Amino acid sequence: MTVSFSPYLNSRQAEINAGINNANTEIIPGILEKEKISFDDFLVLLSPGAGRYLDDMAMKAKTLTDKHFGKNINLYIPMYLSNECNSNCVYCGFNRMSKIQRKTLTINEIAVEAEKIREYGMTNILLLTGDSKENATLEYIERAVKEVKKLFSQVSLEIYPLDTQNYKRLVDSGATSLTIYQETYDRKIYEKVHKGGAKEDIEYRLAAPERALEAGFRKIGIGALLGLSDWRTEAACLAIHAEYLMKKYWRADLSISFPRLRKSGSGFRPYCDVADKELAQMIFAFRIFLDRAGIVLSTRESPYFRDNMIGYGVTMMSAGSKTNPGGYAANGEGSGKQFETEDGRTVKEISEAIKNAGYYPVFKDWEKALGGVKK
Amino acid sequence: MDKLLIAGREFTSRFMIGTGKFPSDEIMKKCINKSGAEIITVAVRRVDLENPNDGILSSLDPKKIFILPNTSGAQNADEAIRIAMLAREMGLSNWIKLEVTPDPRYLLPDPDETLKAAKFLVNEGFTVLPYINADPVLAKKLEEIGTATVMPLAAPIGTNKGLTTEDALKIIIEQSNIPVVIDAGIGRPSDACRAMEIGAAAVMVNTAVSTSADPELMAESFKLAVEAGRKAFLAGLGPKSGRARASSPTAWLSK
Repeated sequence: MTVSFSPYLNSRQAEINAGINNANTEIIPGILEKEKISFDDFLVLLSPGAGRYLDDMAMKAKTLTDKHFGKNINLYIPMYLSNECNSNCVYCGFNRMSKIQRKTLTINEIAVEAEKIREYGMTNILLLTGDSKENATLEYIERAVKEVKKLFSQVSLEIYPLDTQNYKRLVDSGATSLTIYQETYDRKIYEKVHKGGAKEDIEYRLAAPERALEAGFRKIGIGALLGLSDWRTEAACLAIHAEYLMKKYWRADLSISFPRLRKSGSGFRPYCDVADKELAQMIFAFRIFLDRAGIVLSTRESPYFRDNMIGYGVTMMSAGSKTNPGGYAANGEGSGKQFETEDGRTVKEISEAIKNAGYYPVFKDWEKALGGVKK
Repeated sequence: MDKLLIAGREFTSRFMIGTGKFPSDEIMKKCINKSGAEIITVAVRRVDLENPNDGILSSLDPKKIFILPNTSGAQNADEAIRIAMLAREMGLSNWIKLEVTPDPRYLLPDPDETLKAAKFLVNEGFTVLPYINADPVLAKKLEEIGTATVMPLAAPIGTNKGLTTEDALKIIIEQSNIPVVIDAGIGRPSDACRAMEIGAAAVMVNTAVSTSADPELMAESFKLAVEAGRKAFLAGLGPKSGRARASSPTAWLSK
């Protein structure tokens, strides 16, 4: 099958620009009455004027979330396998210029880390690497997946982009889910912040989710970093991307993340700020437009923001996260972090917060018997 | 006394409850008590065998209720079969609510893969309760291969839309020799009542109870609605009529 998201996105650029710039917010009460909203409606919900209707949007988002996902928040926990990186992404703490202690866990260290993490009760683990094919090789990631699969029913990956056949090897090893952020859909900014290394090739990255789904990943997570370009345009592109993937790969479960850029070892300051109010608006708008897609809110966000968003669109949260290799068993010694988490609470504390909000912290929602997508 | 009979086993309640969407185990337990439901479905994928004291399973008392594991999450027959086997190995049950839903958003059942899995599982000695679209032909095929019930949907899961498939459901009920349990989409007690009035053997609800502002009260309300609908069915509903009936239009024939 030909991979074709990039030209498709280009073909809709004018529609995005026109919609965001000419939003008529008076129609918002009518939009919120609809059972299914259009893409144009979604753009109106993203517009500056929609801020006045934030409460109404929140209520609609809550109704839809409860209806489709129940009173559940699924929990996951990240494990950083390696912070070695050849890329030069200016916003990232693993940036090759960044003076942090580098480390790639051995398979034995991964086993120790996995055992430590499993004690928290979670069964969904997210494995992450930097962009270093020499240190975190494909074979290494395969072995890591097989190792953690002994203890976890769901193994998700957030790694450098691969070809379809290599993604397939990871699916065959037992990986269920892949998260790959586009970083930014703004071509000019993409070029500016990704100088040098394989990451320069925006087309290769734009097509990565399709390659992963062709390879049979059961779940796909996409997102754009917030803080690089205008968030409304990024959100519109992200929604088009999500819709495109859901229609083309109808068996795949899709989720969306909203990673706001944080302080990191790179010393980078975001080009534009996204306020809490704006992030909430974006999450409500996504829930209303893509009512059955998963929405992830990680420990990048503060306890205050996360606790207040429970039930209002969010379906998945990380808890107890460490963002450096060996962060759990080695107590954070001996390796640098990708970014500072804002929500440093323990898994137990976060579970309590979810319960207090009237939701069920779900520690297990997958079975090893469920494999890759077979057509 | 009016009993629900599935695969030779008697149940008093005709109201089944799913467990996947409750805010807490405590609320779930209270709702089950209020509902009078005896058959409770549990997703095998939510059960953590290595941590049996944690989660839904540990809150359910198998002496009081009948736990019906389901294959939720399975996208094809192979996966559903593996999950059913796992449920049996876990000692949960050799009854299985068969759900094969390749599309993760609307969770609509795949007829081919459901039939395939049902055949295999029936041969393996499972008591199979398949979740299906309101498809009368598929319902008969499943009956022929030996499933214990059919569980056609009223509307897509979680939509609370009620009996959108009523015409097809009526055909399924009319033609079926096994209990027809109406599953998915029932949003209001009046929908459940209607389902029972048209002759369903039982109804299955989750979202409408678990996400209600007062789940316990809603559970009780559904219980009453199911009982009322069943009694109405047994009593025999009078036909709807738009005009008054002539008193004895054929009296002349007796003269």
